[in-house]
Amino acid sequence: METNSLIVNLKGISFAYSRDKLVLDNVSFQLSRPDRIGLVGPNGSGKTTLFHIIMGLLRPSSGRIELFGRPANEEKDFRGARKRIGLLFQDADDQLFCPTVLEDVAFGPLNLGKSPEEARDIALKTLATLDLSGFENRITYKLSGGEKRLVSLATVLAMDPEVLLLDEPTNGLDEETEEKITDILKGLSLSCIFISHNLDFLFKTTDGIYAIANGKISLDETLIPHPHIHTHKLGRLPHEHES
Amino acid sequence: MIEGQFSTGESFIHGLDPRIKLVVAILFSVVVAVSTSFLALLPALALSLFLIVLAKLSTRKVCYRLLLVNGLILFLWLLLPFTFKGEPLFTIGPLVGTREGVLYASQITLKCNAILLAMIALLATMPIFTLGHAMSKLYFPDKIVHLFLFTYRYIHVIFQEYHRLRNAMKIRSFMPQTNIHTYRSYAYLMGMLLVKSSDRAERVYKAMLCRGFSGKYYTLSGFSIKIRDIFYLSLMLAAILGLVMLQWRLIV
Repeated sequence: METNSLIVNLKGISFAYSRDKLVLDNVSFQLSRPDRIGLVGPNGSGKTTLFHIIMGLLRPSSGRIELFGRPANEEKDFRGARKRIGLLFQDADDQLFCPTVLEDVAFGPLNLGKSPEEARDIALKTLATLDLSGFENRITYKLSGGEKRLVSLATVLAMDPEVLLLDEPTNGLDEETEEKITDILKGLSLSCIFISHNLDFLFKTTDGIYAIANGKISLDETLIPHPHIHTHKLGRLPHEHES
Repeated sequence: MIEGQFSTGESFIHGLDPRIKLVVAILFSVVVAVSTSFLALLPALALSLFLIVLAKLSTRKVCYRLLLVNGLILFLWLLLPFTFKGEPLFTIGPLVGTREGVLYASQITLKCNAILLAMIALLATMPIFTLGHAMSKLYFPDKIVHLFLFTYRYIHVIFQEYHRLRNAMKIRSFMPQTNIHTYRSYAYLMGMLLVKSSDRAERVYKAMLCRGFSGKYYTLSGFSIKIRDIFYLSLMLAAILGLVMLQWRLIV
């Protein structure tokens, strides 16, 4: 591990999908160990684009990217960094492409040069930590939405990343599965950025929330935890709230 | 979509090494496809029937699959005897059926059924991804293996996407008719499906890059050749060689 705790350092990044509108406009952004950051913003504001730029899947039109203290300009620079940063895609169907769960979870470790036996062990262990033991021979496309999300998370965690970038990890999940994912993520001691529209989830799992809007990123001071009146299911029944 | 009805079982055929089954299936199909002599085609059909029996598959389901293919072959029987030049064999009104046409149609029928039965017995009796891995272990080009496995994985997703789009049309009271509105809507549907699939391909590729993919696909499963595999392979090679000799009249 480098002594420098700066993991992601973006300087003056601009990016546009079409000529007339900049999605990211001269954005600078840092992630250091052990930051846990939430990222909120309207649809189409460039949250996913930011993740893809960090991973080198999209190239900015201007600006500099440093990952783990080294400048990242070419595919080969990003290739090294991708082994240390885990990105969870918004749609689990994009992430799970192998026929069976075990093969999908083992795909990353195999690419990292592990032997088939080691990869199998890692995959089984990762599945076990996510309460997914017994899922290894399930067919990926036949899983339910929540199961798909958990298995996708397993495919990322199996690569033992130093940083996690999760793109709407709780989107479309029922309360139970959401709680499960929240607990798992709270228990991990990794630096991370979570994109979500679910503020409750971000309050529970991150230390600071950034907002992205009109091509700019800023620490959102208004988004600090505070008690408030709320509505939820079965509210008339006796229940307790965490303080 | 693809259910793999026959992929699991306890029969002798199910227990064989997938690579052996794949090699035998390929050799058998090539030999049968180029054969023209009934002396070779009839034993080939018998051989593939024997394999089906060995695989202990549900007769009803196998027949159902054969029915689908033979439905197409029926059209050949309606056309070939009357369009092939040769010695007249029978007449129906103004139509003259020729001997050569009938022989040709029977050849195709025999070939199709023999190959299809062998494919069901040998290839359908393993999960599709095992087939992909067997291809990879037999040094099929990586690209072909990837294409094969990805098609299997995503045909289902694309099919679901198709259904979503169809439903989106239905809930807005779309009724297919013979008019330009219907044709245009279907064209939009197909176009959208194509664009969505291509976008998805892009995202899947990116997700793979994020997990360290660099063009080489590693597999977890190892296969092992057992005595019965060797025994089966030699037997099948002998049988296929027999078919070759029958076809080119090296024996009889």
